[in-house]
Amino acid sequence: MIPEFGQFSLILAFCLSILLGTLPLAGAAMGNGLWMSLGRPLSAGLFVFLGICLFILGHAFVTDDFSVRVVAAQSNSLLPMQYKLTALWGGHEGSFLLWTFMLSGWILAVSVFSGSMPREFVARVLGVLGLLCASYILFMLATSNPFDRMAPVPPADGADLNSALQDIGFILHPPTLYMGYVGYSVVFAFAVAALLSGRLDAAWARWSRPWANVSWAILTIGIALGSWWAYYELGWGGWWAWDPVENPPLITWLFGAALIHSLAVTEKRRVFKSWTVLLAILAFAGSLLGTFITRSGLLTSVHAFASDPSRGVFILGILGVSVGGALLLYAFRAPLIKSEFGFGSLSREVFLLANNIILVVAAASVFLGTLFPMFYQALTGDLISIGPPYFNLIFVPLMIVLAMLLGIGPMSRWKKTSGGYLRRQLGRVALASLALGVILPLIVLLEISLPATIAVALALWIALTIGRDLLAKTANKPDRWQGLRSLTYGYYGMQGAHFGVAVMLVGVALTSWFSTETSVLLRPGETVALGEYEFRFDGSERIAGPNYQADRAAVLVIRDGEPVADLYPELRVYLASGAPSTEMAIDAGLMRDLFVTPGEIRDNGAWTMTVYVKPFVRWIWLGAIIMSLGATLAAADRRYRKLARMRREEAVAVGSAGERGGLRPAPGVGP
Amino acid sequence: MMKPHRRNRLGIILFIAVGLSVAIGLTLFALSQNINMFYSPTAVANGEVGAGTMFRIGGMVKDGSVDQRQDSLAVRFVTTDYVHDVPIEYEGILPDLFREGQGIVAEGRLDAAGVFQASRVLAKHDENYMSPEVRAAMEQAGASPENHPFRESPED
Repeated sequence: MIPEFGQFSLILAFCLSILLGTLPLAGAAMGNGLWMSLGRPLSAGLFVFLGICLFILGHAFVTDDFSVRVVAAQSNSLLPMQYKLTALWGGHEGSFLLWTFMLSGWILAVSVFSGSMPREFVARVLGVLGLLCASYILFMLATSNPFDRMAPVPPADGADLNSALQDIGFILHPPTLYMGYVGYSVVFAFAVAALLSGRLDAAWARWSRPWANVSWAILTIGIALGSWWAYYELGWGGWWAWDPVENPPLITWLFGAALIHSLAVTEKRRVFKSWTVLLAILAFAGSLLGTFITRSGLLTSVHAFASDPSRGVFILGILGVSVGGALLLYAFRAPLIKSEFGFGSLSREVFLLANNIILVVAAASVFLGTLFPMFYQALTGDLISIGPPYFNLIFVPLMIVLAMLLGIGPMSRWKKTSGGYLRRQLGRVALASLALGVILPLIVLLEISLPATIAVALALWIALTIGRDLLAKTANKPDRWQGLRSLTYGYYGMQGAHFGVAVMLVGVALTSWFSTETSVLLRPGETVALGEYEFRFDGSERIAGPNYQADRAAVLVIRDGEPVADLYPELRVYLASGAPSTEMAIDAGLMRDLFVTPGEIRDNGAWTMTVYVKPFVRWIWLGAIIMSLGATLAAADRRYRKLARMRREEAVAVGSAGERGGLRPAPGVGP
Repeated sequence: MMKPHRRNRLGIILFIAVGLSVAIGLTLFALSQNINMFYSPTAVANGEVGAGTMFRIGGMVKDGSVDQRQDSLAVRFVTTDYVHDVPIEYEGILPDLFREGQGIVAEGRLDAAGVFQASRVLAKHDENYMSPEVRAAMEQAGASPENHPFRESPED
């Protein structure tokens, strides 16, 4: 009976989301204060009822209620408790409920943290989000109801959670990624609300900025978790595969990064307004594209859920209506948006423009490479795939240019920067990073390596220019410490995130270039050498896990005659499904990872295995964490709260006339 | 004489235009260099692919065809769409879910003897899931996937 309550709660949530998607929007259009004020309580109600749905489904998983179809398909009575609970998002229906619940969480957050914004604006934002939520719930009710029962006789036990998913990475990665993804719905709703009200001004950019930052910070962590999980679980020693389902989050992330920078220009200088709105729409479109690709089964991928064309069509419908509608609105409104155009060719505006172009071109080329096989098949009927070399060929030069500009951009000034100033500030820094870029790899590798030099020099260039900028910013203060304290969270957040880019750059470049691996067949006692390490296979034993049986190999890693690590890779067989699973063994370190992937066991007790040495691979995820912290710190800047308060007072004083450079309200649409 | 801000604007527009054309050119070049065609065993058996071209082949691993050397990583098996067969040689570790009667996709080249020398062999992570490429290969060969002992998705 309990799952039916879940179903009932889902229908109630649908009704609430319809009300949320209509009344506040109508209220804002007609100036009806009561209807506008309904946005907040409706948001809370929506959150509560979707929360009840999620709780009831979780309850069904935890109590092994195999009469619920998704529980029977994704869980098993032998499954450890943490995986029973998280098996909820191991399939399409449950994960979509989680996705929708997260949207309601973001809606609630907007309704709580929007006290300083005008009520018309809040009503429109909540209304747009309500419509979006309504379409998601309708999608669930129509095509993928998580509360469907197995009729007429439920199975005695469940089919089990896919063995590759029984891992901590599966507990962390999907919720984090969804959380970041769904955050872009909020940024999108802000953009649409601004287009609807016709007030695309600096205030709109300022309100959007913390949300854009936080969504990006969470998405960064979500992607990094996925990369880390794939690295140690899939066993091919890679951290990024340009898989068709990895790419949409990356596209969203790149648009999101461009958006953060473009919002800064729009807020501070009131230019790039229509471009910024477009980026907000594109980032959101990227997030929906990800959902579409994963859930339509259109592309081959390790992530694909069991496919069903009707779901794909429905999501494509949501994508078409929301993004198409927003673009249509944009087409009507954008020509009315006037930007003042007053900046020189070495201004910060130009550097941020270059940043935006590079990030958007990168996003577009990933998009092209991801969907090209689909277009190609539609046109010619031939099946093709686009390999990683395509993406690398595009990404490497773009990121090199981006890293070079990244050193200069933060030093430049709004409107106009003198070339002499930049040369004075950065000339020696450039020489120092180049010199160290040659020397450091030379000391470590004892040879000149161009890729290492480029990577190290670029990373140092970013790091040293941050230091140089800190010195320049505090030079006029009587006391250095006071100077450092006078800089804002926003500034530290920016420099922190940029430092994260430098760290990640080192990791990506050195891992890609210097990783070594070899596949071997080893009998107990035999050794294989890889670089300066030796891997010795010391035999294997049979062990029993909670819901699997495994053969575990003991591998000792030796360097210069000294043991450095014991590694225990496993070959598991899960009892419920009979599915085999290989468990890698990794010795992680800041400077290198040692990594063994088991293959199979031969009759004479010999194992096949692949051994890897991966230098600096941890720096990739470390860099992502630093970037994410930087973006969060910037979102916590006092300014947003203080300026928001000023803004509210100003709004009371001035009424609702358009701001300087802002778009005048169109007749019949403005507040 | 143009006004300074006009000149600036022109400069920036030119900058964007040149940057975008370079990017588009580079992208198209990269794309054209990295297209891997996919062929079914029937297409390969009909001689549609020349020796030495990099491509992907997909099909089922033929029952009883896997010949694993006990003393090395070399393995030889036959992939089939139930109409034609293509022998594959691979040296390395096969994925978890590689076994007879399962769909696989292999990447590599045909050698002069007509044997596909694979540099990579992929099998899906979910044993019930068949890659769209393999399914398409079956359909192209006229062998209906439904007649063979695997399912498309758990619901079927």
